[in-house]
Parts: sequence; structure tokens; C-alpha cells
Amino acid sequence: MQGELIKFGKNLVAKDELLTPGHRACQGCGSGLTIRLSLKALGKDTIVGIPAGCWAGVGSMYPDTAWRIPWMQTLFENAAAQMSGIESAYRILMDKGKMPERKINCVAIAGDGATNDIGVAALSGVLERGHDILYICLDNEAYMNTGIQRSSATPYGASTSTTPAGKVSIGQTTWKKNMIEIVAAHNIPYVASACPSYPFDLMNKVKKGAEIKGPAYIHVFAPCPTGWRVPPDSTIGIGRLAVETGVFPLYEVENGRYKLNIDRPSLKPVEEYLKPQGRFRHLSDTDIEMIQKRVSEEYNKLKTKIACFAA
Amino acid sequence: MAEKKTKAISELTWRDMRFGNVFTEPGSAVRYKTGDWRSQRPVVDREKCNKCGLCWLYCPDGAITPLDDGYYEPDLYFCKGCGICPQVCPKKAITMIEEEEK
Amino acid sequence: MSKRIALEGSFAAAEAARMADVDVIAAYPITPQTHIIERLADYVANGELKASYIPVESEHSAMSACYGASAAGARTFTATASQGFFLMHEVLHWVSAMRQPVIMAVCNRAVAPPANIWGDYSDAMTARDTGWIQLFAVNNQEVFDFVLSSFRIGEDPRVLLPVMVHLDGFTLSHVVEPVILPEQEEVNRFLPPYQHPYAIDPDNPMSYSMVMGPGIYAEIKKAQDVTLRESKEIILQAWKEFGDIFGRYYSPIESYKTEGAKTLLMSTGCLSETAKVAIDRKRDKGEDVGLIILHLWRPFPFEELYQAIKDAETLVVFDRCISLGGPGGPIISEVKSALFDKRKDIKFAGLIGGLCGRNLSVEQFEDALDKGREIAEKGSEEVFETIGIRE
Repeated sequence: MQGELIKFGKNLVAKDELLTPGHRACQGCGSGLTIRLSLKALGKDTIVGIPAGCWAGVGSMYPDTAWRIPWMQTLFENAAAQMSGIESAYRILMDKGKMPERKINCVAIAGDGATNDIGVAALSGVLERGHDILYICLDNEAYMNTGIQRSSATPYGASTSTTPAGKVSIGQTTWKKNMIEIVAAHNIPYVASACPSYPFDLMNKVKKGAEIKGPAYIHVFAPCPTGWRVPPDSTIGIGRLAVETGVFPLYEVENGRYKLNIDRPSLKPVEEYLKPQGRFRHLSDTDIEMIQKRVSEEYNKLKTKIACFAA
Repeated sequence: MAEKKTKAISELTWRDMRFGNVFTEPGSAVRYKTGDWRSQRPVVDREKCNKCGLCWLYCPDGAITPLDDGYYEPDLYFCKGCGICPQVCPKKAITMIEEEEK
Repeated sequence: MSKRIALEGSFAAAEAARMADVDVIAAYPITPQTHIIERLADYVANGELKASYIPVESEHSAMSACYGASAAGARTFTATASQGFFLMHEVLHWVSAMRQPVIMAVCNRAVAPPANIWGDYSDAMTARDTGWIQLFAVNNQEVFDFVLSSFRIGEDPRVLLPVMVHLDGFTLSHVVEPVILPEQEEVNRFLPPYQHPYAIDPDNPMSYSMVMGPGIYAEIKKAQDVTLRESKEIILQAWKEFGDIFGRYYSPIESYKTEGAKTLLMSTGCLSETAKVAIDRKRDKGEDVGLIILHLWRPFPFEELYQAIKDAETLVVFDRCISLGGPGGPIISEVKSALFDKRKDIKFAGLIGGLCGRNLSVEQFEDALDKGREIAEKGSEEVFETIGIRE
């Protein structure tokens, strides 16, 4: 079983399920697919640390663990810090000859709440200190596990349980925190955005991030049918629309040089992405226009950056 | 020592849980039947299927089994019936049908 | 040949960690602990200690990184005080419940506000229920000896629990005292290499902390409690081994001139040495008083307490911490509670003083004994009395 590969054109994907079925994620879980694919790219010499969130529990409801690699729960804000301790320990133990030299991927996989909000300090610290870890943010744009409460990754106009759309409110009134650029500002060797709707792109980025020496960060747009109020079969479709409308561009920043992975001659209107989702159902045409304006602006900003700092 | 493999939770005493927070059976979730969740299930039309494997790739649960003959079969023990596989099948070889009355 | 040098408490703690050959240090600066982590940084920078020094961005991350490092199989050490100690609070529970022998020196400092940097035990006492083994040092020799023996205790396969060594902020951390340092060879004999039975290993994958509910949580916590209580046997054993190699023997409760003493004063930490002089003076005047010093705070040394007070009629407990709205200071109330089962006959008084580094003189300790004896005899309107605090 182990070591067998399945061929998809020039892509070879490990057959082994290091994340087993039998986990309790919702039907169509975008984060679940991301983790499953990431582990195929990482292989068995991987340690994963996950803080509070859906995946602190759905793969590890005692006595059922879906993890076939060493897996650790962490506290909400310290996934990055905990993994940095592990990475430092391995480095020094190998240096001191107390354990044989080997490559072990130290990976933190955290939701947008854990990354953008409560854990942003620990993450920043780890990035600045240059630990050799891979940090994957599963961005489903809210605190989904506890009942869809807003995070700083929740987009403008989304209705969540703590920013509900109501008679006098549009829902979330602030714009999504650009975590990818915040991380890029730390000048780490590798930053990328990814989405499970583009599985080979995601897996290649995960592999790259793990192989690079130093901190690597991958921000994954992980559709959540339950929280976004879309049918469970639309996970892949909605992810593709996010990329095709420019809401979530796929790009990499390698040692400060920018590269857009998918560049379309023209972007689809944002409305195509917003309309199918229950969390945006309340938006008026004016609201959507404003969002479109902002998305276009941000996308152009990114393209300018890419032109200035081309890889 | 960490929890013994054969005991049910209701049989575990504190003496079994000295290292209770370390769980030593990797992948034990395979005994959990998530297949009970679904209200519809995927059916593969082998006439149309081109063995591309994309259904297997996109399944969030890894609930599709690659067979020796190159085809891919949904694993009904785990399949939650999310409906992603028909969405990604390039040959429209998968259909979701209502789960049968038991 | 062991050598006797002048060291402040911080440097004694750092030296013990160096001689124990720690692998990972993750620490964040806070007065009055800074000298510990600065000295360790020096050691690493000069190659005197081969360790991974992680200058984390907060104490929460310090303890988190220490946990990760320990779980990966590294010997870990850190230090903190007061506000930093509070900031890492939730991680303390994590480390002990996951059975990781992280060793930490706490330079006890009073809780803010008001903002302050001086010592009392209001930081230590908030960790009573965190499941850590906890020791209180009286002088810098004990700081060194306790930190060193903590590795032996915490890493013992029957224990595998984290250990805190408390030392008074400034009055121990920054005061220079003579300390006898052992030979490295002796330390190596005392301290075997660290090996955790459930260290993270990709060849033996495990899940560390899962979601558990009402059906099993209680059994896990009871197991943790029993393990902590049973660790006392290993602490006694380790201290015997320590004494056999290094010549200094420690016990959970130290008795000072308690023979024939009908009244005992109990103290903790560096002020115990001042109390010793007070006892000397009182005994010179013919009073039958003695002193018992609490070294082991968790697991609470019930048997040793009963043994130490077996001939006493009156016990006066001095506490360097206030428990707001509670039944007196933490040490006072725990000792009182321990006495309730076995020594209802004993006359008891609790006195709180020395908060935020306020010193107590020998005379004040003599007064404390007198006042304590009176309160124990006649009772008091107050839940607790104070010494050296302006009423």
C-alpha cells in the first residue's frame, strides 16, 4: 500500500490515506479534502499540530483517530509555537547526536480564526525566528466549529452568527484581513495561496513548502458548505469561482518574488461567486457592486505587485 | 500505560489512563461508519468511466477505493453522500441516487 | 573537585540547567527572571551549552515551545515570573496532563496591579491545581540543587511530570550567596539521559490529546492526580540519591530546632532563614519554639507535615501570599485543611506578610510567633492576621 502512486498526467499522487476515512467532518468538507491531499504530498515523515477548530476534533474524537501520522492537538493560539518547539528539538537533538539525522516535516494546520486572530502573534514570532516549519491556514472564513462566528477572515457582507445580516446590518462590516500579505511581509522563503479545487497546484505547493528550509506558509481557501450555506456537492465549484472571479487569486511569493499561478484574460463577475451562497443571500445589487469594486482593486494591486517583484 | 486496544470506554478505569491523553492506535477511525450519514449515494456507470481517478482525488473522506482493474468504487461504509464526485467526473459517469430504504 | 563560588540565585538556576545539558530553552524576559535567561544565552553563544535557544515572543509561546520540544524528546528548561507566569497559565495544564517533564524556574513576583517587580508567592499560588510538581527554595544552594534534581525527578519514567522551582524574586534571584557547584562527572552520574516512552516518532505514530467527554475525562484526571501524589516517593528517592552523591540531603519539610518545641512556626522560601534566627533568639530566651520549612508544595507532603508537628501543640503558619476573599493565605488554608483530619487538637494561627518583597526582620518574626501564639490560644475575629502590614 505504502509508496504506491496514482498517475494523473505528469502528477503522481500517493495512494496511501494518511488521513483515514471515518472522520467526522461535514459532507463535502473543503478543509478535509485539503488535509487529505496535503498529507499525500507530505508523506509519512510528518508531524501535524492542529489547534482548536473543526479539525481539532473531527479527526480525533476519542477513541477514533483518523490520523496515521503523529498528530497533536495544540492550544488555540499556539500551534505555530508548539511546532517550533518540536522543530527546534529535532534540530538540536540531531546536532548533538542524540537522534539520527532525518527529515521530518513539522506542519501546523490551523483555521482562519486560529491564524488571523488569536494565534497571529505566535505565528508572527515563528516566522520572524525562521523555524523550519510549514504552516497551512485552512481559511473557511469564520469560526466554523463553534457555530459560524465571524473571524477577521470573514469577507465583507457575509452573514455569520456574530455578524448576522439584519434590519440594520449588512453582516460583516469590515474587509477580510489579508493574511497572505502580512505573512509575506515577514520575508520568509515561501508564501502561497491555494485551494483544494486545484488539487495538483495545492499538493505541489505543500510539497514545495515542506522541502524549503525555513518557514513556509500556505493559505488555503477551504470552502465550508455548512457555514457558507451551499449544498455539500458545491465545494469544488465554489472554490473555482473564487479563483475565477479574482476573490481568491492563486499566487506564490518565493523569497520576495511574486508569481501568479492562474492568470485569466478576464475575471468572471463577483456576483457569480456570491449569488449561490446563503451567507450572502441578503446582499443588494449596490452591495455587490461595492464588493466587485473592491475585489477588482485588490486584484489590480496584486497584479501591480507581481509586475514589480516578478519571479 | 496508554489505553488498551480491546477495552470499551465504559470498561476503562483510571488505572488504564495514566497516559490517557496519548492514543496509540493510528487510524482507528476506520471502524467508525460514516456511511450511516448519507441520504443519497453515488453509482458509477462503468460504460462511461474512463478510470481517470478524479473522483478518488476529490473525495474529502477518501471514501473511494482504487480497484486493481483500474476502476474506482465508492466505499459505502464511509461515503457520506456529499455529491462531489459526480460534480468533478469529466465523463458524467457518476449519478447520485436516493439511499434505499433499509 | 566541587567548588564553592558566589552566585546569585538566577545564575545558580542557569548553571544547574547548563550542567544538566538541557537541549531546548524557550524563554521570554521578565523581571526578575532575566538574569537566568541572559546567562543561558551567554552559555549557548559561547558554546558552553549546546542547546536550541528560542527567544519567543511571549510566555504563552515559551511554554508551548517547551512542551513541543519535550514531546519531541528534548530536555527543556524555561523561567518566568508573575505576569508571564499568568500568561502561560493554560499551557501549564497542557504540559502536565500530557506528562512532559518541562523544568521551570519561577522567580516569584507579586501579581499586578499595582505594577511592581518584587517578590511574593501570588504568582506561584495560582498554579496550585495545574498538576506540576512544585518546590520552594530557601537559598541559592537550594535553587541550584532543586533545579538540578528536578530533571531527575520529572524525567523519571514513573513520574514524567513537569517541575517548578520557586525562588523569591530579587531576594534570591539577585542576591549573591555562596553556592557549592558539583563536578560535571557527578552530575552525569546523578542524571540519566532523557527518554520519553511516548516521544513523537513518525515510525510510531500516535495522537496526542484527542477530544474526550464526560465518559472518560474523570478517569484521566484521577490518573493524573494519583501519578502526581505517587511522585512523592520518587522525589524522596531522588533526593536520597542526590544526598549520597553531592552530600546535601533534602526533605519535603525541613525541621529546624523542633526538638521539644510546643510551638512551631511554619515558613516557606527565603524568609525562612530570617525566621531561623528568630527561633534561635527565642530558644536562647528559653522558649520552646521551633521552625518547619515547606520545600515541597505539590504534591502536598501530608505525612511529612504530620510527622514534623507530632509533638507540637501550636502551629503558626506564615504565608507570603494573600488569597482575596478566601480562608486566609493559600499555604495557611491548605495546612489548616490538612490538619482538620488528623490534628483537630492543634491550636492554629495564620499570618500573612512580606507581600511584594516587603522584608521582615528577625524581630518581626519573633513578634509573629508571639502574636501567632496569642491568636491560636484566644482565636481571632479575622479570617487571617497580618504581620508587618499597616492596619
